[in-house]
Amino acid sequence: MGPVVDPKAKRYDRQLRIWGTHGQQRLESCCICLLNCGPTGSETLKNLVLGGIASFTIVDGQKVEARDLGNNFLVSASSLGEPRAKVVTELLQELNESVSGSYVEEVPEVLIADNPEFFQSFDLVIATQMREQDMTKLDDICRATGRAKLLIVRSYGLVGYLRASLPEHRIVESKPDSQLDDMRLNQPWPELVAFAASFDLASADDVTHAHTPYVVILLQAASAWRSAHGGRLPGTSAEKAAFKASVNGMRRTADGVPLQEENFDEAAKAAFHVYGTYEIPKEVRGLLEDEAAGPRLRADSDEFWVLVAALRAFVEGEGQGTLPLEGSIPDMHATTDLYLKLQAVYREKAERDTAAVEAHVRQILGRLGRPADSISRETIKLYCRHARHLRCVRYRSLAEECSPETARGEALAAALRAGGGSGGRGGGDLGAPPCCDGALYVLLRAADRFFAQTGRYPGAPAALSPGAGASEVDPADDIPLLRQAAMQVLSDAGLGPNPRKSPDSGAGGGLGGLGGGGGAGGGSLPGTAAGAINEDLLAEVCRAGAAELHVVAAFMGGVAAQEAIKLVTRQFVPVAGTLIVNSMAATTTVLEL
Amino acid sequence: MDDAERWRDLDLLLTRAGRLVGPGFEPGPELREFLQSPDCRVLCVGAGGLGCEILKDLALSGVVHIDVIDMDTIDVSNLNRQFLFRMKDVGQPKATVAAERINARVPGVKVTPVFGRIEDQPADWYRSFSLIILGLDSLEARRYMNSVVCGFLEYDDEGQPDQSTIKPMVDGGTEGFKGHARVILPGFTPCFECTLWLFPPQTKFPLCTLAETPRSPAHCIEYAHLILWGQVRPGEEFDTDNEEHMKWVYERAAERAKQYGIQGVTFQLTQGVVKNIIPAIASTNAIISAQCVLEALKTLTCFSTGLDNYMMYVGSSGLYSLTTKYDKDPACPVCSPGVPLDVDPDATLQQFIDQLLADPSLGKHLSAPSVSYGSTNLYAHGIFEADTRPNLSRRMGDLVADDGAVLTVNDKRLRGPMRVKVRYGSAMRA
Repeated sequence: MGPVVDPKAKRYDRQLRIWGTHGQQRLESCCICLLNCGPTGSETLKNLVLGGIASFTIVDGQKVEARDLGNNFLVSASSLGEPRAKVVTELLQELNESVSGSYVEEVPEVLIADNPEFFQSFDLVIATQMREQDMTKLDDICRATGRAKLLIVRSYGLVGYLRASLPEHRIVESKPDSQLDDMRLNQPWPELVAFAASFDLASADDVTHAHTPYVVILLQAASAWRSAHGGRLPGTSAEKAAFKASVNGMRRTADGVPLQEENFDEAAKAAFHVYGTYEIPKEVRGLLEDEAAGPRLRADSDEFWVLVAALRAFVEGEGQGTLPLEGSIPDMHATTDLYLKLQAVYREKAERDTAAVEAHVRQILGRLGRPADSISRETIKLYCRHARHLRCVRYRSLAEECSPETARGEALAAALRAGGGSGGRGGGDLGAPPCCDGALYVLLRAADRFFAQTGRYPGAPAALSPGAGASEVDPADDIPLLRQAAMQVLSDAGLGPNPRKSPDSGAGGGLGGLGGGGGAGGGSLPGTAAGAINEDLLAEVCRAGAAELHVVAAFMGGVAAQEAIKLVTRQFVPVAGTLIVNSMAATTTVLEL
Repeated sequence: MDDAERWRDLDLLLTRAGRLVGPGFEPGPELREFLQSPDCRVLCVGAGGLGCEILKDLALSGVVHIDVIDMDTIDVSNLNRQFLFRMKDVGQPKATVAAERINARVPGVKVTPVFGRIEDQPADWYRSFSLIILGLDSLEARRYMNSVVCGFLEYDDEGQPDQSTIKPMVDGGTEGFKGHARVILPGFTPCFECTLWLFPPQTKFPLCTLAETPRSPAHCIEYAHLILWGQVRPGEEFDTDNEEHMKWVYERAAERAKQYGIQGVTFQLTQGVVKNIIPAIASTNAIISAQCVLEALKTLTCFSTGLDNYMMYVGSSGLYSLTTKYDKDPACPVCSPGVPLDVDPDATLQQFIDQLLADPSLGKHLSAPSVSYGSTNLYAHGIFEADTRPNLSRRMGDLVADDGAVLTVNDKRLRGPMRVKVRYGSAMRA
């Protein structure tokens, strides 16, 4: 009799191994709205449909035209002239029968202006290829629904842009790549101390000696050290070396030659667990001290903050400065029996800690006037196991980011000073100026202003004129206006030649004195904020003519789907700011503005 | 349908002058004409998670003549990301179905499938492509393709790569939220072998742990898979695709776990451990494939600056990528102008061959090497063995007159030729 495997489990097997059935359930309950189904939107949604979301609704006002056949896989040649939203919906549904799709043939900007209630029925709104002015409005609308999270994605020539916007994203299972084992060898609890002390290593037979878990070895060595050093643990590097030597001194020998004992090798490698100090990770400390878990904790607070408040009570009480024990131990050289016994000691301590946290949770719920059982034991266990990795990401609104009163000019200046993105290099030849991802952020916003003024993007033929080929516009002609728009963006952020407000002290712009000249030709000095918006980048943005290349759209579609999955499953950590993908230099940068 | 209208977005970048472009970029309609012409043939190795995306990306970047090779058939677990396949396709060859779907959807594209193993294709077939993109899931397959492509590389007398023999290769790989994309230009960038150290060794459990002191569910599973199977079903080869075999291992593993008091053996874990399943999602595959095709496009047209030469990507915590310019290994046995070897000109060819076999770094790749110098076989196993046997007792200095000459060594254990540079400078005595 073999195991029964659910057919859906087979289909999703490779992703279930990443986010588990509970993560998959969240995906399968998620209703998504996509604005615009050109390649960027279509690729994003394709990846999410494959993953098994509950449903999607596409809002797009265009008809399928020749241009779509050159960059969009989710349209077919036979569908020319039909509503693009309809065609993409039908072709997406072929990818996964469990997902239901619908569409609205409408220009998204119109919906944003005339029918904001439309967005109330979605968990996630993915807005693609849209301009700043409309995104700012949509951001406000989504936040007002109290439900819809917003994800903004854009492919613009060889530049990609992505930004989530929601007030607060709370994560229990952040699943960091590298996690230190929670061994507590520097401050063992009584049951662990007793377990370690119960081993008489000296009189153990060779097999037992060589199969005693390294935890026992280290705790015995630590205990001996403390006795000889007035209760202290090794502190200086000389002491740490001496401690390791004392551990090695516990090896069994034959004729003076140490026997091959793997558990002692492991003990030497893990010795740092003894003298490292226990620290609550910085992000978690921030959460414990967060107002949302303290004075602002209310009956309608999210359970996350109730749990954080309970964890804080634990840390201040039973935990004596520590979080609940995680409870698992890594594999180590040992007999099955000894390993399982040690495993049980850790598991039981974790269970006691969880029970203590649970008591705090019930007490807090009572204080808040909520039913004591409104948070399940399973949930509390999950929080305790992942206590060291809790995260909360808060996103400023687009309005806050872009408005002169609240713009983070200094952060932008720092990004512009930083030059090239992560490890990459722009410029065709040696000696060309670096390709600055922060500058691309400014240029995208400048392109939107250019559009607002002229009705088209820099280097692009007028919008909505089919048949306008690449040769219609000389991109170089658009550089001056784009530059001016970029200077305006800088100025709104308090940088550049004509700052609207006084620049923050130490800001890279620092050209408050330059004034005059309307910013059109000024401020190109290298090393300045304005200087980062160099001629090469201006020329490239104009050259791109707001092209939507399939490869860039496919890249951004992958990134956007990834971010959407994190927002929906509430596992892993989403990009905490504005992502700029620079496909000229193959770099990515996250700006926190 | 108007071609110019259709390819409007692509043309904006291919026909207009740029500043941040590759060397020798010449904007104009000729670039897309080239991409669409039979002179531009691209091979996609693999029609799985990366391959499906690569094919789509190539087709929608103007490339017309695309070949795709894959030896696998479609499985249900592919459907969460290999978007060209449907439930009704399960069991069909991936390459064939993938080609059909792309050809049906993208007007004018010609994708030709090869349902077969990469090892079975002749070198000349690989040579016929302008560029090769790898969407593979194994180290071994990559090493094979690397040796084939680097095998085409020739150096001139000054030790410079002969440009006409450089076959560009783009390699992508993913695992969960992580991935990489790299560009290999044999002779210029490091080849796969040069940077083998980038791939950490696979951890294996010690046998004594499996046999005597299991502690985790994985130990129980591998015991059933690697030890018990051979004992209870001798002579029967274990097949990871055989569901009965899998269930057998799962049940034995569960029994062992129960016996030792270990929790956590599930069928899902059993499959994961035995098949070494790598978690996979559509989004990472989309990202890495797009990056690979983008780099391929840059290599073919120079329309933008290229990736030099290795990009690693992590998407689990925020988003992080790092582009590193790795260096070639000057002594790489696969792509270098020749691993230098000090040779005594008075030594015989047989002694030279013995020296190769005894060499600490080269010998491990060899079992019964054949040696050639340019187009001349010095000693060849196989049909020319009898003809070349007399050379074995001849003096190296007579067979290979030039100090610094590069000999080519072939061996059935090698996946491609190995180059050895003969140095007579310091006479060597054993």
